[in-house]
Amino acid sequence: MIRFLSVSKRLNDDFELENVNFCLESGTTTALIGSSGSGKSTVLRLLSGLIQPDQGTIFVDGQNIFQGDLGLYRQKIGYMVQQGGLFPHLTVEQNVLIVGKYLKRDRELLADRLAALARMVSLPRQLLARYPHELSGGQKQRVGLLRALMLDPEILLLDEPLGALDPIVRHDLQQELKELFTQLEKTVLLVTHDLNEAQVLANHMLLMHQGTLVQDGHFSDFLQRPASSYVTKFFSACAQNLTASHKATT
Amino acid sequence: MLSLLLGLSGQLWAQSNTFTIGSKRFTESYILGEVIARIARQTDETKVVLRSGLGNTGILLAALKAGEIDIYPEYTGTITREILHSPAALDLEQINVLLEPMGLSASIVFGFNNTYALAMREELAEQLNIRSISDLKQHPHLRFGLTQEFIGRQDGWPGLKSLYGLGQTTPRGIDHGLVYQAIEAEQLDVMDAYTTDAMLKRYPLRILRDDLGYFPAYDALLLYRSDVPTRFPRTWRALQTLQNAVSAPAMIAMNSQAEQEKIGFARIAQDFLTKEKGPGNSRHFLGLLFADDFWRLLGEHARLVFVSLALSILCGIPLGVLCFEMPFFKQLVLSSVSVINTIPSLALFALFIPLLGMIGAAPAICALVLYGLLPIVRNTYSGLSDIPGDIQETTRMLGLGRAYRLYRIELPMSSRSILSGIKTSAVLNVGTATIAAFIGAGGFGERIAQGLALNDNAMLLTGAIPAAVFALLVHASFELSEKWLVPKGLRLSAKHAMSGMPADD
Repeated sequence: MIRFLSVSKRLNDDFELENVNFCLESGTTTALIGSSGSGKSTVLRLLSGLIQPDQGTIFVDGQNIFQGDLGLYRQKIGYMVQQGGLFPHLTVEQNVLIVGKYLKRDRELLADRLAALARMVSLPRQLLARYPHELSGGQKQRVGLLRALMLDPEILLLDEPLGALDPIVRHDLQQELKELFTQLEKTVLLVTHDLNEAQVLANHMLLMHQGTLVQDGHFSDFLQRPASSYVTKFFSACAQNLTASHKATT
Repeated sequence: MLSLLLGLSGQLWAQSNTFTIGSKRFTESYILGEVIARIARQTDETKVVLRSGLGNTGILLAALKAGEIDIYPEYTGTITREILHSPAALDLEQINVLLEPMGLSASIVFGFNNTYALAMREELAEQLNIRSISDLKQHPHLRFGLTQEFIGRQDGWPGLKSLYGLGQTTPRGIDHGLVYQAIEAEQLDVMDAYTTDAMLKRYPLRILRDDLGYFPAYDALLLYRSDVPTRFPRTWRALQTLQNAVSAPAMIAMNSQAEQEKIGFARIAQDFLTKEKGPGNSRHFLGLLFADDFWRLLGEHARLVFVSLALSILCGIPLGVLCFEMPFFKQLVLSSVSVINTIPSLALFALFIPLLGMIGAAPAICALVLYGLLPIVRNTYSGLSDIPGDIQETTRMLGLGRAYRLYRIELPMSSRSILSGIKTSAVLNVGTATIAAFIGAGGFGERIAQGLALNDNAMLLTGAIPAAVFALLVHASFELSEKWLVPKGLRLSAKHAMSGMPADD
């Protein structure tokens, strides 16, 4: 279980995050939504231990993450950014295995896991010897996901995982991810600015605005019981897309 | 650490069993150096190395003391004034007593005196019946044209004027290269000259006798490390044949062969020793270019460039990383290496001579290392800074250790930029290394320095052309090496960026 307790983070004199509280149950998928600059990425960076909160505490499975070994903690996290965040000078296989090799994990076990995960994320084996610049956008995302899953993490943090993809590829990958999340039963926190994507992938949503958490709940709660006028405004802004995608998925 | 290593290599060099001869950067010294080298080689006693045109007295003396050379031709007057700083004239015995604490000795007087003198057109001197400097006093109307240096030196015109009572005359300052034409065109009547000046053979001039003994004797002789006679006994015996073997007219003739007839120093030395005169102009450009010293100069030049480049890389990349890791140091480091590049190269080379207490390759390499730093530090820093933000964040998120991230991700990703910095540094170093010849570091700059000293364009080009070709080759080999040194993925990425073609889904 992940818990943010009264977490604040300042950049110079401004709040990047102000008194944020939420709780994510293990094995669920949560979408963190909001416009640019709302503090979504700050939440992700705090949770990954890249930055420390100025106030408040972050608990993972009851432990304050900044009081233990951050290196060990990070091994429990799989991380993926837009475009996969792949290293251009390494082949797909080297990209995927880099952390395992750094941690001196058994090579055979790594190879077996790589083969299994490649099948799971539908990545053809012959792509393993290629370099990131020889891959399409969708293939890069699959590799990024594969790398995030390589060490079998308990938590998956995905920062705009399907951004910059064309609509068809995006739609297909959304479906694959949805199945994958259900199958893997990991705690997933997914940052997106796309309400449709949030609705498809997540069972739970957090809406951020100007560094504060505006509403926390199921998709239907946001429509039926908006916590503030901003929620309604945000949803109406996305309404056209939302209606279209709602029709498509029902 | 660097200076210690280089100092050590200098010492090892000093103790080697090679007989190393030096010479100064003017015609007469070049020729005498060749003469000594030829005699030494004929004995076949040991390996003989001639380091021609090393520099001025200070540099030759430092090299002699450090054991980088064993012997070089010098003048009694120079030893007395510049080395022993004695205001009074000294005889050879006194000179040797004072040289002893330095571990040096002087002997084997060649037999000519290359001192200052006053000279006049032969015809005018005959007409006015002037034979000595004292005779000038009777002719206050004579027009004096003297070099600036002679007018300024305390042991030049001021002393001469008061001793000979020539106060009624005001000399004109004139460049030594122009004074001969001025005398010939009868625009001047009296000039200062060196007694073995090559021009004395070309122009009909009368050297006026220094009847009051004003000018100190500048008898040419050998200055050497005191252990030379015992280390190289056969060579030393052979060198005795030079005692009183070179008269002033013979030296003037040899200087003239080099400066007027453009005959090579080695050839002049050979002709002198065999007493046979070779063909007038034996110098063919290609022959000069690939003369015996070509491979030695190439080796020296390559050593200067590549040793300094290796050290620049070893220091420059960590400094670039430091700038990236600790922004506090960035301004300090980048400004410092930029400031170094604004120091004139010869000044920086010269700065390391007293610091290391030696001349030659060691101070030159130190200076070249500093010069080579800027492109490497700057490009390492910019290469690291240009890594996209999402990649930087991912490397941190993956939980890789700092050193591993640097070695496996960040430096390889910056390799194109770093390599380009190294290439710039190497090409600049090939050029700057030519200046290292002025502090006795050798390389193709030796020929350039010699060409400048003798106003000999052919000689200058035999140094400048190989240096330029060397720079082009270094540039080309770095371009080719990119294929091996820059990771394939980055080369593909650059290709994709240029073509603007995304891969298909």
